[in-house]
Amino acid sequence: MARLLTRNSYFRSPITQQALLRSFSTSPRRLLAQPSSSHDHAHHHNPPTPFKDTYVNPYKNGPSAIDKAVHLFFFTEILRGMWIVLEQFFRPPYTIMYPFERGPISPRFRGEHALRRYPTGEERCIACKLCEAICPAQAITIESEAREDGSRRTTKYDIDMTKCIYCGFCQEACPVDAIVETQNAEYSTETREELLYNKEKLLANGDRAEAEIAANLHADHVYR
Amino acid sequence: MISNHFIATLFNTLIGLIDVLVILLPALLSVAFMTIIERKQLAAHQRRVGPNYVGYFGVLQPFSDALKLILKETIVPSQSNKVLFYLSPVSTLIFSLLGWGIIPFGQGLAISDFSLGVLYTLALSSLGVYGILFSGWSANSKYAFLGSLRSTASMISYELILSSAVLIIILLTGSFNFTTIIEQQQAVWFIVPLLPIFIIYFIAILAETSRTPFDLQEAESELVAGFFTEHSSVPFVFFFLAEYSSIVLFSCITAIFFLGGYNMPELFVNNTFINLQSIILGLKTCIFCFMFVWFRATLPRMRYDALIELCWLNLLPIAVAFIILVPSILVAFDIAPY
Repeated sequence: MARLLTRNSYFRSPITQQALLRSFSTSPRRLLAQPSSSHDHAHHHNPPTPFKDTYVNPYKNGPSAIDKAVHLFFFTEILRGMWIVLEQFFRPPYTIMYPFERGPISPRFRGEHALRRYPTGEERCIACKLCEAICPAQAITIESEAREDGSRRTTKYDIDMTKCIYCGFCQEACPVDAIVETQNAEYSTETREELLYNKEKLLANGDRAEAEIAANLHADHVYR
Repeated sequence: MISNHFIATLFNTLIGLIDVLVILLPALLSVAFMTIIERKQLAAHQRRVGPNYVGYFGVLQPFSDALKLILKETIVPSQSNKVLFYLSPVSTLIFSLLGWGIIPFGQGLAISDFSLGVLYTLALSSLGVYGILFSGWSANSKYAFLGSLRSTASMISYELILSSAVLIIILLTGSFNFTTIIEQQQAVWFIVPLLPIFIIYFIAILAETSRTPFDLQEAESELVAGFFTEHSSVPFVFFFLAEYSSIVLFSCITAIFFLGGYNMPELFVNNTFINLQSIILGLKTCIFCFMFVWFRATLPRMRYDALIELCWLNLLPIAVAFIILVPSILVAFDIAPY
């Protein structure tokens, strides 16, 4: 206010100026323009303004007060938001009807575990126990001894699925791609004991999903 | 020997009871369907499907919900005030259902065509605060207590706005009677000349029914569930019903105040036995029910001080200005109906 009035060439007389500032300004008295001496003729054509160099008009570059008042009183932003929400109301939902429809699953998806076999039927696992060592949740327990033909094989390969955190380190560690995580994530059980998987269960998983596992490994092999 | 007078009294009482049931049962049914409408509509706004399993398209969901809630265990906090703890949900529900008594569903189709119906409605919405206040206090839980404090403060504040907006309609029609207010809108629905007042009024009823953006007494992240945090099972159902009943009731009252109630444009002569007036009122009510949910889908929750500031510093001066403006126009042009 003060700035605008003092800038206006119409109010060049210091007395009019002062009177106007007193009557219109709502700011405290000490902030008002106080000409150092109103009789000083040097100041007549260049009257002192408050905050001469430091003052920045915060409303100079923004929307006008009328603009802002109109936006406030006519709820323009709320109405825009409500229009967007109403538009969405008439559009179809994004929902995938889960048990009947499924979304795509990455070949890297880490779900239920499986132990694989070679095409000959020989189990891949050589009981190196790298997976047991790397398992951060210590969910894997392996015991092994030599078979009749002298090869080292597991006698016990247990995974506690209640401990497993599905980090995939076991399949990363495995040198023969024996232990893998399949894309199956729907194996909930009614008792806890059913989630303590043994070697037979894991091999059965592998036999059931071998085609899928092989395809996923092939799809991902370039990135390994 | 039973006197004729006694039989007549008995008969009248019975008719009265049936009258009440005829209003109350559909009202409660509409409340039940309001819950599923809200869930389905909210889902549609958010591009979801919503409940679609129980019954066709999930229409029976509210009944399965009610059954589930009733079968839950009732837990009463050991340090609570038992009497008030049980009384508050009951009183909240009763006060919100009592409002249906004076709604005219058609010409002469009201339990009571009360000459001070508008005052009665405002009084009931004030009484509803007590249930909330008592439930927060009696539960002896800080969440319930804070929730009820917030709720009470905002409801009392916004009642002022609500009554101010209603006062303008009363000044315009010169009557507290709902039927008269509806009849006065034969020429033009009040939403046309009173659009700004309608906006103020709608903001006020959003706050009165504690809906988003004014539902901070139920701010889940701060207060668990607000004033009914400690209420479970049937008492919770009562609060739930009361909340949705007041939404439907206020939608209905808004339709009466601003959309001409059961009036409909006379496009054709209805010479059938079907009373279309009630259906018209129902459709108009649905518009406002839709708006309630639409607002909930759009607006974020307000901060508490912003809520109170909006009421006392922004809406109240505007409402008072309209209270002065509208009668001034009526007097200036000599068009006051009284």
